Amino acid sequence: MRILKNMIRQPSALFGLAIVALVIFMAVAAPLIAPYNPDEQMFDGLTLEGAPLPPSAQFLLGTDTLGRDLFSRLLYGARTSLIIGLVANGIAVTIGLMIGILSGYMRGLVGNALMRFTDLMMAFPALLLAIVLAALLRPSLWIVAMVIALVNWVQVARIVYTETRGLVERDFILAERSLGAGHLRILFHHILPHLMPTAIVWGTLGIATTVLLEATLSFLGIGVQPPTPSWGNIIFESQSYFQAAPWLVFIPGAVILLTALSFNLVGDALRDILDPTQRGRG
Amino acid sequence: MIFLILRRLVQTALILFGVAAITFLLLYALPADPARMIAGRSATAQTVANIRHELGLDQPLLSQFWNYLVGLTEGNLGRSYAQKTDVGALIAARLPATLILMAAGIFVEVALGLILGVIAAVRRGGPVDRLVMMASFVGVSAPQFVAALLLLYVFAVTLAWFPMSGFGTFAHVVLPATTLGILGAGWYARMVRSAMIDVLNQDYVRTARAKGLSSVRIVFRHALPNALLPVIAMIGIDIGQFMSGVVVVEAVYGWPGIGQLAWQAIQQVDIPIIMGVTLVSALAIVIGNLVADLIAPLIDPRIRAR
Repeated sequence: MRILKNMIRQPSALFGLAIVALVIFMAVAAPLIAPYNPDEQMFDGLTLEGAPLPPSAQFLLGTDTLGRDLFSRLLYGARTSLIIGLVANGIAVTIGLMIGILSGYMRGLVGNALMRFTDLMMAFPALLLAIVLAALLRPSLWIVAMVIALVNWVQVARIVYTETRGLVERDFILAERSLGAGHLRILFHHILPHLMPTAIVWGTLGIATTVLLEATLSFLGIGVQPPTPSWGNIIFESQSYFQAAPWLVFIPGAVILLTALSFNLVGDALRDILDPTQRGRG
Repeated sequence: MIFLILRRLVQTALILFGVAAITFLLLYALPADPARMIAGRSATAQTVANIRHELGLDQPLLSQFWNYLVGLTEGNLGRSYAQKTDVGALIAARLPATLILMAAGIFVEVALGLILGVIAAVRRGGPVDRLVMMASFVGVSAPQFVAALLLLYVFAVTLAWFPMSGFGTFAHVVLPATTLGILGAGWYARMVRSAMIDVLNQDYVRTARAKGLSSVRIVFRHALPNALLPVIAMIGIDIGQFMSGVVVVEAVYGWPGIGQLAWQAIQQVDIPIIMGVTLVSALAIVIGNLVADLIAPLIDPRIRAR
């Protein structure tokens, strides 16, 4: 509650929250709001020459090259983006937390090996690694989520590692240990709770990264495959036609931008609220 | 100092070895069968077996890895499935175009970031300051391919100031380089701003002011050099971002570099090419970080003293 109150006080965070709420609403209520079936190729959705229709009263945001309603496709696309955002990012944060905690807590061979592996993964450009995995695995919605998770855990692991190293040195952990607490108790009762703010912040910021990565993969043709609508593949399907029908590229583009921006704004505000020492740092 | 450099070189070599190992494992451990892909769909089992033998795919994993490493040291990145040519040669032929694009993109990003960051720091709370803070967020939230298509639509299709695509003249570089640099510029500006503000609050800057130095001289002589260090470190870290951006930007603008090569390879599931580009990119990232680390003490005597 305190967090929410603090957030509403900042205009940018409030804006972010509102858009995030709107996107979630779009995704959940898609079947109720969508004026048409997103996959239906409508006869009156194309001009006589077979070109897509610009925005009008009948088709709010116009139609795509196959005569499908863009507004309806965007609503269902919100589902794809949010499912991937939540699943991929949930897995990424979980992997990052586990590897970060373990390598930060365990001295010696295992901890070192885990951290060197993380450093190694940082040497790969995220998009290219995702491209390799997606190209090898023949993408579907869940594969794309997995691929993004396998690429995005690295940063979380690095940050959690640094924080865990700091926590292990603190007196209260030393006190616990001298009282005879086991490793598991220290890890889960004393270290993990302190890492929750970090996990929440990165869980939110990561959704923005995930939405962008999914859109980019789909734009390159190796993300979510049509006819399942995703914001990225809507643009992928229309890009060769974008000079004649710019709305097909720029409306979904604006939706992706707004969504990613909102998750970034909310994540940034959360960081300020949960960790005042980070306030104002870039 | 020399010990430090040696240690970083050894670390870099180890990371490169790890990069090669991971690339190898991805290439051979995942479900796609390279021999079948080269042979094509209609090939007989015998042909596939022959190709497998020719490529050494019937050998044990470790000796395959050894052959792969030996090949890498000779610059052998394997053969393309679709183009049937040497991947190393394909990449080498296209690398210069990518390097030009990256250099131009980094220039746009850093130049914009420095200018905006300095103005924002000097005029704190002013309109440029607020613009920088907003732009940094919008920039990292914007999909690069949409920015590319937007610039293309406005400046090439509608205004016809620049060519739609291609390579060769200065006009061809402008839009791709701007796409590559503009989104991250806000973030650089933010960093320059906070570094500058830290410095501007220091005693020696107050002394300089008290001496009667002009504010232009204070900003450019005393404050800016201190703000450059994080920028250089950031460029080193950012090489990865640039390599990712290059794939998208080259695909949209038809820029004949390794990003376009990778993009075409994606369409044909030509895995050796994708792997080769990934490996070269990883190499660029590792070298970028190394160079940033090695340049830092040259610029900042405080690091040298440590």
